[in-house]
Amino acid sequence: MTKETPKIVTRARRRDEAAVKEFAFRQEMVRSAGMSEFIRNYRLQAWQTYQSLPMPTVKEEAWRRTDLRGLEADLFRLPQNEAYLDLAPLPEELMRPIADGEHGGQIILMPGGSQVNLSTELAQKGVVFTDLRTAEEKYPQILEKVLNKVVKPTEGKFAALAAALADTGVLLYIPRNVEIDQPLHSLLWGPGVHLAHISHIIVWLEEGARATYVHEYASPTEAGQTLHVGLVEVHVGAGANLRFVELQSWGENVWNFTHERSQVDADGNLDWIFGAMGGQLTKNFADLDLIGRGASGRMSGFYFTDGQQHLDYDSQQNHLAPNTTSDLLFKGALIDRSRVVWQGMIYVAPGAMKTDGYQANRNLVLSRDARADSIPGLEILADDVRCTHGATVGKIDPDQVFYLRARGIPKVEAERLIVEGFFDPIMQRIPFEGVRERFQEAITRKMEVYHG
Amino acid sequence: MSDELIIRNLRVSIEGKEILKGVNLTLPKGEVHAIMGPNGTGKSTLAYTLMGHPAYEVTDGEVIFKGQNILELEPDERSRLGIFLAFQYPVAIPGVTVANFLRTAVNARRRAQNPEDKGIPIPEFRKLLKAKMELLKVDPSFAGRYLNDGFSGGEKKRAEILQMAVLQPEIAILDETDSGLDIDALRIVAEGVNALRGENLGVLVITHYQRILNYIRPDVVHVMMDGRIVETGDADLALHLEEHGYDWVREKVDNGTPA
Ligand SMILES: Nc1ncnc2c1ncn2[C@@H]1O[C@H](COP(=O)(O)OP(=O)(O)OP(=O)(O)O)[C@@H](O)[C@H]1O
Ligand SMILES: [Mg+2]
Repeated sequence: MTKETPKIVTRARRRDEAAVKEFAFRQEMVRSAGMSEFIRNYRLQAWQTYQSLPMPTVKEEAWRRTDLRGLEADLFRLPQNEAYLDLAPLPEELMRPIADGEHGGQIILMPGGSQVNLSTELAQKGVVFTDLRTAEEKYPQILEKVLNKVVKPTEGKFAALAAALADTGVLLYIPRNVEIDQPLHSLLWGPGVHLAHISHIIVWLEEGARATYVHEYASPTEAGQTLHVGLVEVHVGAGANLRFVELQSWGENVWNFTHERSQVDADGNLDWIFGAMGGQLTKNFADLDLIGRGASGRMSGFYFTDGQQHLDYDSQQNHLAPNTTSDLLFKGALIDRSRVVWQGMIYVAPGAMKTDGYQANRNLVLSRDARADSIPGLEILADDVRCTHGATVGKIDPDQVFYLRARGIPKVEAERLIVEGFFDPIMQRIPFEGVRERFQEAITRKMEVYHG
Repeated sequence: MSDELIIRNLRVSIEGKEILKGVNLTLPKGEVHAIMGPNGTGKSTLAYTLMGHPAYEVTDGEVIFKGQNILELEPDERSRLGIFLAFQYPVAIPGVTVANFLRTAVNARRRAQNPEDKGIPIPEFRKLLKAKMELLKVDPSFAGRYLNDGFSGGEKKRAEILQMAVLQPEIAILDETDSGLDIDALRIVAEGVNALRGENLGVLVITHYQRILNYIRPDVVHVMMDGRIVETGDADLALHLEEHGYDWVREKVDNGTPA
């Protein structure tokens, strides 16, 4: 036997070095006319931050798995007034009540115009539920109280962009001890090739308040890219209680970037639900800050990706006070060549004793070319805490399929049943039949695609 | 059209290893047959093969039911044709309730009959399920539990018979349905099977214990050994095996006088 010396071939690796493009937004686009000085300053400072930060690239840890080089950033423009007249109309079925009973209020946000409804009873109690532009005009004192308190524009390029340029959004403000039974519903309809929908959602519950709020994002699938950049800020006051459901059914060519944070004060409770069905690429930062003793929060996510969809969740459960509890469960199914990333962190600050944190991400990967990455993380700087995490990536078990087929259920239906079963525990966390149905329909539709 | 299940010279391999080496057995509707035999002789292999499990490769033989070779059918087609297998190890389907699962199974049958079928009306299904659950003394909360998920051994076996009662097969294969049942559960399950017994049902009971055969009296008892049926007799054969074990059968086979 002759011993061969391995031949080492060095070859310069040729990468597609196309850079991430910059947006073409300009400072003149920062709305300031007729606005209070506070808001004007907030926006201008955010704009400066936006300009000082580079577009994120895969070299940054938080963006390592999400590549923006395909984004036609330079082509996006903001919608003009009355833009909705020329764009794809809002489909009837999205107007269908999402809750079982009456809504307490409903807002439809469309490019260049919006509709707002709030029951007089709630308005009389001092509840504000309105679109961002109306809020700027009529409730500047509330905005001054809440802006810059939860998410700082300095936290990232997209957070800064949304703070500076948001031209649509919702302000929900619930005064002290006001408890609302009927759910509030808002919908952002974001059609238009090369349009940028930039939204800012602010939810502020004062001490002892209680509410349920469902916010949806939707758009049709069109022949070119659409952009959504969103900022979501939630404050749950001491002893307050919020159920917050966010549903995303963007069209297939939407690039979606959201920065979200909810802070929960002492003994407050947040039940936060995320549903993702659409979009080309989503990068979502969602933080739960438990800032007061005894605060608790639950984060539940469900998604079903297909085609070339890319979904990247970055979640943080920050225990910043003692006796706080957090519980995160994200579950999703993947088909085709889609990709999901979930990176979660439970952080327990020094002194935040007796906290209980849990996080789990479960993926069902149905196609060979689909890929899910789960990266749980713990950073614990306090004693006497209990934190657990888990992540699983699985496939449909052929024994389950055989068992169901042995009862006369055809293969395709058996697989659908197994997938529905996989999602059931998360479905049980969704408080509305209407929302569950919408998701169920999406599962059925995507399973049909899967089965060809 | 024949009213019996006919297994002819069935040879089955798994991962290249032959497990069933020419099984012959005829089960007429209206009769109960038992199969007994030592561990690992191929009883479950036979059961799974009859149901169409993809891991089992049929190398020879045929299984005729209602005029066709069912080995050519998909597992779900076999089920809809009237074949039922109560699994030795039922599979958990987390997130799918017993009720949802059974309704899907009932509807699959209806749709196979009539593609236009809109499915069994919910009240009618509830009534059906309730009646069967009462028959098998199953707790009503059962319907809302996830199928076999966290079920005790006995609950799983009872759930198998509940499925059988709802789906009303014509040929039922019970693979060690009696294992893991306490005396009361055994009696209930056996009574359930007896209640379903009749002209229109043939039952193949695979078991290690004579005990269940006291409740479900078999017309015929077969002994399987090393992939073959080597002895066939009446109900007394089971009693004899209980008392004397399998050695005498083995000797008989070794002496070249197979059944
Ligand atoms: N899926 C499988 N993969 C590999 N070998 C298998 C598989 N199923 C069965 N076998 C083998 O086939 C043989 C017969 O097994 P089978 O389960 O049919 O026996 P059995 O008679 O039902 O036994 P028991 O009384 O223990 O239930 C055994 O040697 C077993 O190890
Ligand atoms: Mg067995």
